[in-house]
Amino acid sequence: MKRRTIVVTAILLFAVMALVLGVSAQQPTTIKVGILHSLSGTMAISETTLKDTVLMMIDEQNKKGGLLGKKLEAVVVDPASNWPLFAEKASQLLEKDKVAVVFGCWTSVSRKSVLPVFEKDNGLLFYPVQYEGEESSKNVIYTGAAPNQQAIPAVDYLMKEVKVTRWVLEGTDYVYPQTTNKILQAYLKSKGVADADISVNYTPFGNADWQTRVAAIKKFGSAGKKTAVVSTINGDANVPFYKELANQKISAEQIPVIAFSVGEEELSGVDTKPLLGHMAAWNYFESISTPANKAFIDQWHAYIKNPKRTTNDPMEAHYIGFNLWVKAVTKANSTDVEKVLAALPGLETPNLTGGIAKLLPNHHITKPVYIGEVRADGQFNVVWKTATTVPGDAWSDFLPGSKDIDADWVTLKCGNYNKVTKKCSGQNYK
Amino acid sequence: MMNIRKGGQWLFVLLLTIWGVRFAYAQSPADAELLSTLGELREASFPDKESIVERLTKSAHPSVRSVLTAFMEERLYYRNDDQKIVIVKSTEGDPPTLDLIDPLTLKEGGSAAVDSLTKIVTNNGLRRMLRTTIARFGLSSPDAAVRAQAVNDMLASLDEPTIALLQERLSVETDGKVRKAIATALALAELDSSEEAKQLAAISVLRGGISQNVRNKLADVADQTAPGGSAANGAVHKAASSAIRTIDRWRTFYSGIETLFFGLSLGSVLVLIAIGLAITFGVMGVINMAHGELMMLGAYTTYVVQTAMPNHIGISILVAIPAAFMVSGLAGILIERTIIRFLYGRPLETLLATFGVSLILQQLVRSIFSALNRSVITPAWMSGTLQLNEALSITYNRLYIVVFSLIVFAAIMLVLKRTRLGLDIRAVAQNRTMARAMGIRSEWVDAMTFGLGSGIAGVAGVALSQVTNVGPNLGQSYIIDSFMVVVFGGVGNLWGALIGGMSMGIVNKLLEPYSGAVLAKIFILIALILFIQVRPRGLFPQTGRSSENN
Repeated sequence: MKRRTIVVTAILLFAVMALVLGVSAQQPTTIKVGILHSLSGTMAISETTLKDTVLMMIDEQNKKGGLLGKKLEAVVVDPASNWPLFAEKASQLLEKDKVAVVFGCWTSVSRKSVLPVFEKDNGLLFYPVQYEGEESSKNVIYTGAAPNQQAIPAVDYLMKEVKVTRWVLEGTDYVYPQTTNKILQAYLKSKGVADADISVNYTPFGNADWQTRVAAIKKFGSAGKKTAVVSTINGDANVPFYKELANQKISAEQIPVIAFSVGEEELSGVDTKPLLGHMAAWNYFESISTPANKAFIDQWHAYIKNPKRTTNDPMEAHYIGFNLWVKAVTKANSTDVEKVLAALPGLETPNLTGGIAKLLPNHHITKPVYIGEVRADGQFNVVWKTATTVPGDAWSDFLPGSKDIDADWVTLKCGNYNKVTKKCSGQNYK
Repeated sequence: MMNIRKGGQWLFVLLLTIWGVRFAYAQSPADAELLSTLGELREASFPDKESIVERLTKSAHPSVRSVLTAFMEERLYYRNDDQKIVIVKSTEGDPPTLDLIDPLTLKEGGSAAVDSLTKIVTNNGLRRMLRTTIARFGLSSPDAAVRAQAVNDMLASLDEPTIALLQERLSVETDGKVRKAIATALALAELDSSEEAKQLAAISVLRGGISQNVRNKLADVADQTAPGGSAANGAVHKAASSAIRTIDRWRTFYSGIETLFFGLSLGSVLVLIAIGLAITFGVMGVINMAHGELMMLGAYTTYVVQTAMPNHIGISILVAIPAAFMVSGLAGILIERTIIRFLYGRPLETLLATFGVSLILQQLVRSIFSALNRSVITPAWMSGTLQLNEALSITYNRLYIVVFSLIVFAAIMLVLKRTRLGLDIRAVAQNRTMARAMGIRSEWVDAMTFGLGSGIAGVAGVALSQVTNVGPNLGQSYIIDSFMVVVFGGVGNLWGALIGGMSMGIVNKLLEPYSGAVLAKIFILIALILFIQVRPRGLFPQTGRSSENN
């Protein structure tokens, strides 16, 4: 009796599964778009916004009639700020949901965690955040800034316009600040800055007691030379850092701090009056007034139903990435990853600041670089920008190991081609 | 929407009228010049703006100072419709319309919608320049503090007109402090003189100073006058070097005091977060993993109190202290009554259960306040620094926290030693059975003790809201530190928590300049582990009968 029940149940289950599979196989009426952003845990603060951005873009595309005559369907998963879970969710998206493209990741460690999955399953990932470079994968399109599109121009600005001659490189103790500071140190030395004029320091994640560090910066900065702090401090630790600067009366006029991870979203929870004049380097600011940006901000406010929400740089990166993908799919007339990847390099789409973003053979894009100073309302005054857009360089020219490496997915078909030994090591087309 | 537009039109007409009326006055040539110079600001690049400011300074128009001050404070705008430069009274609180001031007459000139104005943007370099420029005006201010500040601002650019201005002021200045500041500034300028006597006189004036500016300048002079330098001069070199040595000695001394204070302030934060735990863990023996979240509740209470009284930020923090004590205390009593009391004597279960409570509390604030950090404003009386002298300054918020932690400590000691509740708590902690036999309601005392410890955690949260981020993860980042302090100080001993917290803070800050923040933490942890090997019961072990009970 019991055994029969089990058999019947099994048959029924099998039938249901076959039905479900059959139905989904019969009706490929939608194109699935994966969204891999943390919706809980420490990174939820930043990443939830990006999920909403992609949902908004999908919504808009569907209103225009979808893509290739099909509607777009979002598949949202929550990797919960847990790096191994990112890989698990990525393989779920690629193997089970069979998504055509994934928009996702924020931290470098989460990107490194999903990289093998995307390469194994031949998926397509659009990564929207500024990062440390030293990477170019066949399966990843990097729409955020490489170091030469953020860190290097920022230092150039300080050196030439603000006449800074003494540097504090202050960072949180993990891969992005460490790599960026290594590149910056090499760059500064190549410009003739002496070792004694560079101070590098790292603090733990979430560091709250900045008294000693700020006192040390004050001391380092009072040697009679113009000093600036290049900050790769990430996350929460920024707030007590800026508070301590204000308390010890270090104003941006004396020792300016330029940050690479502090944007409109991060400032929205902070009393910005003490931060006045401190700087950030990004490829986009909400305060840049162009028709495209105004339309984007209005669309965002309408979609999120809150006129107080800010926009920021990684959101623009997703905007560019999504439009690039739509163009590539239209051009290839297919959502097949190989065909889309072949169609992508060379495509151009307008960015939100009045320029054009072009996808380069190394899977990075061209971006303008802006330097903004914090205003009292938490927005930025743009005080400097590059004359033209800067092409993203995957492998820094200022690190000894990486300056001979080239990435080119069009002619060389290789993400790390050594120009000296003429060999492609690591991932390449086979 | 229609209404707003209509209002806008009406406003526009009003503005035009005012504009027309203004034109009725005859403009003097100085006014016209000022207006045209100001007009150039609209299109100027940052270097152009600097030269415009220089020209403005030279013009003798009476309203230049106010215009420049407004420019520095980013209150200088131009109207989009008629391109006229205006000063905005204040942008405080993001009002939809801004009150305008006429830059020529400095009289009120109506108001305009935010959208109809464009701000004339400044950058750091420009603001620095404006500050030194405006300082020259400040030199004749009736307020001595403003004058002293003006002299300090002028140190950045000691050119000839500035020096002339300072000399002029010195002859009429009566305030001692300002005189001294001017004398220092003039001596700094004299150092560049080519006459040996003047240089030596300047050095002897500067000898008594300890500011970094003075030291840097003297070091430059010492380099230049060193044998083989660009202006070799033995006597001057010797005098400058000896002055530098004196200054360095004092600066080292003051930086030692500063480090000590940093240590005390870190220590007092540690003491604050550990006192509550010393009561729940130390006296009751309950391992409360939710202790950090009780602090978080206190910090959020501060935020709520501040949002409830936005016009009284200054006293909101004082209101928040009892409020946070009540909120966290009641939460603690609730936890004790519903969970912990069933788990006395089972440390492992208590640990797991309270860990669960901590997750629930975190998610609770995430649901209510969102995962984003909340910004708690530091009241004006708590921000800034107490400038003891040019080399030593102490930040007010840290100073208040040191004082506050000592007050909390004293209050707890009073409660434990001088009140009926304290007597009951000590009695139950020492010998529960005997205390019950004496008629003490031990269950009630347990709840009160736990509530007291939790309330103190809430009070610590108020202090933490001033030094760190108020977010759902606030508790997690402090829970380990607080356990470390209690274990180091000796379980069950409040004095242990005080001495333990303070000494850990000071050692940490002494190590940090040499090892960096990451290594300093590691060193402390290793030292603590070794210490526990030698003295398993901490600095001040509990003695007597209760120690066996634990």
